[in-house]
Order: sequence, then C-alpha cells, then structure tokens
Amino acid sequence: MIASNLLPIDIALGVVMYWLALAFAGLLLQNTRVVTQLIFPAGALGALVLAAIALSSLGGTPNVAVLPLGLPDLPFHLRLDALSAFFLFVLGAAAIGISLYSAGYFRAMEGGRLGLLCFEYHVFLASMALVFMADDAYMFMVAWETMALSSYFLVTTDHEVAEIRRAGFLYLLIAHVGAISILMCFGVMQGGHADGYTFAAMRGAHLSGFWASITFLLALFGFGAKAGILPLHAWLPEAHPAAPSPVSAMMSGIMLKTAIYGILRVTFDLLDTQMWWWGVLALAIGLLTALFGVLFATVQSDMKRLLAYSSIENIGIIVTGIGLTIVFHSYHKDAVAALALTATLYHVLNHAFFKGLLFLGAGSVLHATGERNLGKLGGLIHQMPKVALLTLVGVLAISGLPPLNGFVSEWLLLQAFLLSPGLPQSYLNMLIPVAAAALVLAAALAAYAMVKFYGVIFLGQPRDESLREAHDAGVWERLGMAWLAVGCLLLGLLPVFVIVQIDNVNQMLVHAELGVSAAKSGLMWLTPVAEERASYSPVILFGIILVGLAFTFVAVRKLYHGRVRRSDPWDCGFPEQTARMQDSAEGFGQPIRQIFEFFFGIVREVPSPFDKQPRYRGETRDLLWEWLYLPLARLVEWVSGLFGRLQHGRIHVYLLYSFLTLLALLAFIR
Amino acid sequence: MGIPFSGQLINLCAALLLLIAFGMLSQRRVLSLINLFAWQGLVLSVATFIVAWSSHQHHLYYSAGLTLLLKVIILPWILHRLIRKLNVKWDVETMINIPTTMLFGIVLVIFAFNLAAPISQMASTIAKSTLGIAMACVLLSFLMMITRSKAVPQVIGFLAMENGLFFAATSATYGMPMVVELGIALDVLVGMVILGIFFFQIRETFDSLDLKHMEKLREE
Amino acid sequence: MSISTLLFQLFQDTVVVLLAPLLMGWVNQCRAWMQSRSGAGLWQPYRTLIKLFKKDAVLAHNASPLFRYTPYMLFVCMWLAAALVPVVATDLPLSPAVDVIALVGIFALARVFIALAAMDIGTSFGTLGARREMLVSFLAEPALLMVFFTASLISHSTSLTTIVEQFAHKELVLYPSMAFAGVAFLMVLLAENARIPVDNPSTHLELTMIHEAMILEYSARHLALIEWASSIKLFAYTTIGIALFMPWGIAETGNWGALPLGIAVLLVKLLACGFGLALLETISAKLRIFRAPEFLGTAFLLGVLGMLIHFLLES
Repeated sequence: MIASNLLPIDIALGVVMYWLALAFAGLLLQNTRVVTQLIFPAGALGALVLAAIALSSLGGTPNVAVLPLGLPDLPFHLRLDALSAFFLFVLGAAAIGISLYSAGYFRAMEGGRLGLLCFEYHVFLASMALVFMADDAYMFMVAWETMALSSYFLVTTDHEVAEIRRAGFLYLLIAHVGAISILMCFGVMQGGHADGYTFAAMRGAHLSGFWASITFLLALFGFGAKAGILPLHAWLPEAHPAAPSPVSAMMSGIMLKTAIYGILRVTFDLLDTQMWWWGVLALAIGLLTALFGVLFATVQSDMKRLLAYSSIENIGIIVTGIGLTIVFHSYHKDAVAALALTATLYHVLNHAFFKGLLFLGAGSVLHATGERNLGKLGGLIHQMPKVALLTLVGVLAISGLPPLNGFVSEWLLLQAFLLSPGLPQSYLNMLIPVAAAALVLAAALAAYAMVKFYGVIFLGQPRDESLREAHDAGVWERLGMAWLAVGCLLLGLLPVFVIVQIDNVNQMLVHAELGVSAAKSGLMWLTPVAEERASYSPVILFGIILVGLAFTFVAVRKLYHGRVRRSDPWDCGFPEQTARMQDSAEGFGQPIRQIFEFFFGIVREVPSPFDKQPRYRGETRDLLWEWLYLPLARLVEWVSGLFGRLQHGRIHVYLLYSFLTLLALLAFIR
Repeated sequence: MGIPFSGQLINLCAALLLLIAFGMLSQRRVLSLINLFAWQGLVLSVATFIVAWSSHQHHLYYSAGLTLLLKVIILPWILHRLIRKLNVKWDVETMINIPTTMLFGIVLVIFAFNLAAPISQMASTIAKSTLGIAMACVLLSFLMMITRSKAVPQVIGFLAMENGLFFAATSATYGMPMVVELGIALDVLVGMVILGIFFFQIRETFDSLDLKHMEKLREE
Repeated sequence: MSISTLLFQLFQDTVVVLLAPLLMGWVNQCRAWMQSRSGAGLWQPYRTLIKLFKKDAVLAHNASPLFRYTPYMLFVCMWLAAALVPVVATDLPLSPAVDVIALVGIFALARVFIALAAMDIGTSFGTLGARREMLVSFLAEPALLMVFFTASLISHSTSLTTIVEQFAHKELVLYPSMAFAGVAFLMVLLAENARIPVDNPSTHLELTMIHEAMILEYSARHLALIEWASSIKLFAYTTIGIALFMPWGIAETGNWGALPLGIAVLLVKLLACGFGLALLETISAKLRIFRAPEFLGTAFLLGVLGMLIHFLLES
C-alpha cells in the first residue's frame, strides 16, 4: 500500500537516500561481482523510479520540503517544481542506461578500486539530484560542490597517469572559479536580507537593472564554466577523455545540464525581468561556442576528445536557444519564447541520450581494443556488430537527421528563428538570419565530424592487426546502450508527448505554452504554431521509409535476383593495397583544417630532404589556451610570487603579524 | 505588399546591383570583372530608366542614356583594350582569401542597411528603400579596392563605387543636377584615360602591375 | 485527405520514379548536341539500368551490411523527397508530413549513409570520395536551408504547399530576395548533383571524382539503384527550383481541371531546365577541389544576403 500522502518530493528524496546507501554499500562491500551485478543495476532501478516520479510531477503543483539538516539557522530547503522535475527526468532517464552499462563495463576492475568508484558514482548521482531540487543558496552550493568533488575523483580514477591528474586539476580549478562566481551571484541576489538566501526570498526581491545585469553576468560566467562555453571550455576536452567512459557519458549527458538548469533558474525564475541584451550576449556566446566546438571536433584524432568537443558544440546550441528565449521574452513575445524554450529543453534531453550513447559506444571500443587513438582503429563493424549498430543510431541522432531526436530539437529551434521577425530593433531583426545561418553551419559541420568518427572507428579496414581480436560488448553494456538508442528513436518519433510535458516548464518560466496537445493534432503531427505554418510527422516519415525499403528490396529481388559474388576491392591497378592507404582521422579532417586555418593554432614539424628518418608531425592547438589561459596563469603566479615575500621564515615576523592583527581588531571593535 | 509594380522593378534592379557587386568581390578573373562591371552599368541604366518613367522626371532619361553609353559601352571597351595591350590575363590575387572577404562584405551590408534605415524614412522618392543597397554597393566596391593587390581590379572597384553613388543619388533625390552629372561623367572618362597612361608607366618601371612594388617609392 | 488525393499522390510517386532517368537522358543528350557529338539517345539511362539490374553483384570481401543496404536507403530517400515536391498540383496529402527543413534533412540522411558506405571498404578512393562529399555538403546544406528560409520568410510558412501557393497563386510580386536565393539555389543544385563546375559526372579519373568515388565499389543492382537515385535527386532539385522560382501553371488545391495544363507546363519547364543545365555545364570548367568550398561559400553568403534583403526591402 503506497502511502497516499507521500509527495513526489519525498519520493525523489527517497531515491537520493537510496543512492547514498548504495554508495556506502559499494564502498564497504568491495566485491567486484556483487558491485557490478547488484549495486549498479540497483542504481539503475532507482533512476527509473526517479524518472517516473519526475515525469508524473511535471504537471503538478510545486512541492516544497525543509530538511532538518544544515546549520541551526540555515536549514536545507528543497523544491520540486516543473523545471526541477524536467531536469530530474533527464537525470533519471539517462542514468538508467549508463548505470546498466557500468554494470558490465567494470566487470574486470579489482574490488577495492571498484568499490571506491561505485561510492563516488552514486554520490555524484545523488548530488546532481539535490542540485536540481535545491531551493536555497546554501543547499545549492553544498550539492554543487559535492557534485564537483565527486566528479573530480571519478575523472582521476586512473590517477597513475600524469595526464589524467593534470586534466583533473584543470577541471577542479575551473569548476571552482565558476563556483565562486555562482556564490557571488547568489550573494548579489540575497541583497543583505537575513532570510534572503532562500530562493523564495530571491524570487520576491526586486533588483534594479544594474544589479540584475550583474547577477545575470555572474550566473552566465559561473554556470558557463561548468557548462563549458567559450572561453571557459578548456577543461572539457581534457576531463571527458580522462574519465572512464560511463563517467564521461554521465558528465557530458547530465552534469553539463546542471549548469543549464542553473542559468535557467537564475534568469527566468529568480530574476523577475530580463533585458534584451542579455539574450543577444547569450546568443553570440552560444553561436561562437557551437562553431568553435564543432570545428575542433572535426580535426581531432582521439575519439573521446572528438566527442568532448562535440559536447561543447551542443552546449553552444543550447545556450543559443536560451539567448533567443531571453530576447523574445524581454520583448513580451511569449508565445515565440515558449517555442525557443521548448527547443532548448528538448535539445537538453536529446543530448543526454545521444551523447551518452556515443560515449558508451566509444567506451566499448576502448574496452575491447585498448585504443583511444583513431589512427589505430578501423573496421570494427565486423568484430563488434551490435555496438556498431547502436552507435550508428547515436551518430544519426547527433547529426540531426530525421526521423531521430536530434532533428526534432533542431527543427524547433529553426522554427523559432523563422518566427522572429517583428522585433522592434532593426539590428536584432537582421541578426536573427545571420544567427540561423551560423546555427545550420554548425549542424552541417557536426555531421562531418560524426561521419569521421563513425567511419574511422567502425568502417574500413583495421589499421592495426590486434584489432581482429576485438570482442563485442557484453549483455549489460548492450542493454544500457539499447535503452539509450530506443530513447533516441522514441524521442524522435513521438515529439508531441514530450512537448506536452515541456509545456509545463514553459508555463512556469515564460508564462506561455505552445499549446500542442495530443488530442488536437494527433499523435503524429507536430504543429507548434499552426498547420499551414509548419508541420512535421516523424511517424509517417519513418513508416514511409520502412515501407519503401521493404518494397524496393522485395521488388528488386523478385524482378531480378539477389546473387552476390565476393572479390577484392578496386585497386586501380595497384595491387599492394594496405590498411594505411585509407584515410586517417587527420586526413579526413584535413579539408576543414585547411579552410579554417586561421582558427586553429597548428604546430608543424616537416621533414627536410636531408633527414635520415623523415617524420611529419602536426598538432592542432587551441589558440585560446595560448592567448587567455597561459597569460592568466602567469599573472596569477606573478601575483602569488609577490605574496611570497611575506614569508620570511623568521618567527619574530610571524609573531609581529599576529600582534598587528590583534591591534587592528581591537581598534575595530572600539 | 502594396508597392506599385515600378517600385518592385526598382527593388529588383537594386538587388541585382548588389548581387553583381558581390559577384565582383568573389571573382578571380579580370575579364569576368570587366564583364560584370558592364552588366552593372546596364542594370543601373535600366533602373534609372524605370525611375524616370515612373516619376516623370525627364532629365533622368538623359542620365540613363549617358550611363548606358559610358558605362556599358565605352568604359568596358577601354578596359578591354588596356587589358589586351598590357597582356594582363592573370587570376586576381587577393590580400585575404575570398570567403573571408565575403564575410566582411556581409558585415558591411548589415551596417549599410542599418545606416540607411532612418534616412529612407525621410526620403520621398519612389525608390527610397534602395538607399541602403546603394550604400552597400559603395562600401563593397571600397572593400574590393582595399583587398586587391593588382592595379586593374582596383580601378574597376573605383568605377563600381561611382556606380553605387549614382544609384544612391537617383534613388534618394531623383538624380543630381544635369551639370553635375555631365561633369562627373567627363571626370570619369578623363580619369580612365590618365589611369591607362599610368598603367603603362607603372609597367615600364616595375615590369609588373603588382602594386606591392609601389611600396619601394618612398623616402628611405 | 480523400481517395482522389491519395491516388494522385501515388500517381506522382510513379511518374517521378519513371520519368527521372528521362530527364537525365535529356540533359546528357543536350550536352552531346552542344559538344557536337551525336549522344547516346534519350533512353540510354533506362538501358543502363536494365543492364545493371541483370548482373551479379560483386562485393568486396569486407563489405558490411551497411554497404549492402545503403543503396536501398538512398533510393527510398530520394524517391520520398521527389514525391513531396508539388510539381503538378499543390494538393499532396504527404506534404504536411515533411516541410522544407525536413526535406533538407532527408537529403542529409541520404548523404550521410552514402558517405559511410563509401568509407566501408577502406580503400583510398572511397574515403577520398566521402571526405570530399562532406566538404561540399557542409556548405551546400546550409546554403540550401538559407534559400528555403528566404522563401519561408516571404510566405510565413515552412510548408512547401503554402510556399508554392504563395508564389504561384497570389498576386505576382517581384521578390528581390528571391533573385539572390535563385542564384544560390542554382549553385547548390550544381554542387549537390555532382555537375560541372563542382564535379564532373562523366569522369573516370579517380583523383577528380567526388560523387563517383563514393560509388566506385558498387556494381549491378546496387549501382543501378544508386544511379537511379541520382537521377531522382536531380529531378527533385529541378522540381524544387521550378516550384520556388517558376511556379506559374501549378494547379491549386482541389482544382482538378487545371491538372492537364499543369502537366503540360511541367514538361515544358523540365525541358527548358534540362537544356539550361546542359548549357551551364558546357560553358563552365570544373573547379579545383579547394575552389569548391569558395564556390559554395559564395552560395551560402548569397543565401544569407537574400534573407537580409528580405528584411530591408520587403517588410
């Protein structure tokens, strides 16, 4: 008998407790079989419950809870409203697949390390859920920091490797720079009131235009550091490849979205008005981030770095959507703002699914071959057919191809761009088509990067002999990946259901709904505004493609025949074809590298005619690292060096410091 | 939309002018540049003709005829002769590559459109919304002059700029006084002749029409 | 959606599939005439298809299922795209299912599949073709979308039916932005259908190939399906161009009496477009491969300019 007065928030909290319990259980048990076969699937079960409860509470009233934890006068406030429920759903749904996958992925890890990993993993999950439910600044920061710390330990699981330690350090550094900014943002909103640290108080407070802008900028900077927008992106391509693959999937799919949640919460919920130039700023940063991410993704040679840069691109698209929403909302065009927000949130959900799926696929490849470098992979579709098929679904989804889910969010966002004329400012009116152009350019380049990713890893001939012994993924891994792949398909085929749920969030944040109802337009048609205006039916499209394929296949076989002979491929008269004659990853990205040469910092080492052993080396470096991060690091070092002068090593001077401080305090108290 | 048909035709001509200006910006071959310039002159005279016909300003008919004579027939003929005599048939080399040039071009177009928007509201002619396009043509021709490193494309850029100014004048104020127009036409013709002479001098001094060589002519 | 419109949709499907090779034959024949050759005849594509279907398929040893099923996928996608464009009448029951953005998406789906299939065998030619095809398409697809956006901004809709209705049946307005969009669309058509100046469809030098290099390994029925799909793609692009830029004569919704006129007008327009395409191919030279992104970049920027012009002059 389920207690009928259990609020959804209680159930969500229950799942959090359950995860923490699993974490400790994993830490104490330290038995590989138990942890992988029992605890990770149990975690997946918890995620399922969380997703279900979040879905059911999207339409309900917000429920609040106060935990008796925390400091005496600062208890933890929790709240489950439409925005939290949506992001909890994203967390739960993606975590199901990833936890199931982890059950199989870590089956060869030794017990002690696995127990620690299980502990960190479930604490990570629990802290992300708490971030989504936090209703005051204190709880939020505690959950945020726990999330950052647990993910740091997860990233540095293989801490024996120096590169991984360095990646973890960079990650932690930028996460904390962001956290300071978020804390200052909350500080500005708190505005000196005693009880002001609760979100409820912040909602009621009215900030002047200047302070509201400061708040927005601090939030964009702080949450942007966690999301990985330009120029705070440097940690992403280092940390995601360094972490174990399920952790990368979790970080890319969900942790980046906590930052998006933060931006949305601060901008639309806690601040009562928005200004149009915030939207333009977010739009510009989002587009630059998207183009930057995808250009770098096309020239990578490490498969996980490629996926990490692709995540930067998708975060850029999401931030662009947020910017567009802000612009429309500030001019009170709420219906279009709802469309833009729907597109953004849909992309958040989609990205969790297809990026999670891609990282898990990459993880299987890494597990089977031990190689991350694209130059040593190839032809794996023969050894790992099931992983190849599931990864193909992910690749098609991320390239924004119908009828899968990536296309739906891209379609919605483009519809929002097209509906935009009518803004009072003429500069803005002209900016919108340019922004739409940049967005479709980023989407087309994403397809380029993903064809490279899939083609170099799974297709072609194996570039290394050891690849022929690669094994396909186990049952748990396939189960996890299949969950995410089916999710991609369903999210693409049944967008109306999803939008009906997202409308609850639209209502809460921009006070308008798309009004798409399953009853009105049927299961199949997606008509956000009006039928003559735009409509899309993925089910009909999918159905026609399947019917067409079957018809063509049968017709050709019946009318002619299906005979096949096998032979060698076309070699143009040159019989010594080796696997090295197909494109390498660098070769596939070479045209983009040549066209956009000014964008990349390329360091080349070319052989001279007199070299005994000629070699060629080309390295693509991130220019922002040289222009922004290194000078800043040197500046910080120099300033710290100045402070170093305070350290003399002599006891008298230290006693003098204490004495002077005491005098100052006494004078102050007077 | 409510604009009379002649207004739509003028808009179409304006769009074609901008298209040709962009085409010149993206062209690599000098012969095509001269042909595009001739086409631009033709579209310009057609546009002036339509403005003359719909607004009953008869002096514009003469302007249209003069433009046709000068810019479609005489100037391209002079340029073709020059090219043949100088034996110049190379690909145009640009300072920055063509896609980047075109990106700058788009930025200039947005800038010109926004600049012209308030002025358009004040003008009272039938073609007032085309002022932005005319200014964009001028700016694009200027960009072409800046980003080319050989002499002939620079001169064509200069002439195209004059085209744009002419269109701006026609669309905003029904043309300049006849005296001014004839004066400008004469100036352009004389300028072309002088420039032609200069081309030969440059070529004799440096054995090439590449303007980088002119940088040697400074005080050391 | 009544029985008659459904029948009409089926009729358009069949006509499109059967007529597309004829358009390709017409273009090739015009090219032959212009180049003072006697040409292979209008029906040569059909003879080629029948010949190919009868042969045994020869597959490389390491061809995967992706390689084997891609031709079917390509064929179905192109067939679907061509079946959706209002060519004779605007009254197609399938049209609301797919709007212009989804149409570009279908082309992209086909392109990704053929690029992946090209990389499947793992020889240098396939990967060369795949890489070049993605290079051409990363600018061609946005350019095509920009053209469609210009048309959408004018007609306030992304549904093909509404766009064509706006251009064909409302009062005649000259849209300068469509002039830009027209030039951009022409450039994209040449690039996407592997025509000179971007790619030579009749080359046999592997180093100059873009599209042909991707299908080098295919034979027999697979090659037949791919060739057929290419001709359907050309047909689809031509009809999209006709629908956007020369839509006069298309029968409007429910007006069955105007159908014969619509068919006749369509045939005339297809003949004219085929001839124009052959003329364009004959007077142009093929671009070096790294000039192709410049070519398409120009198309893309012209598309953006078209949208900007729309905001300036038409609203």
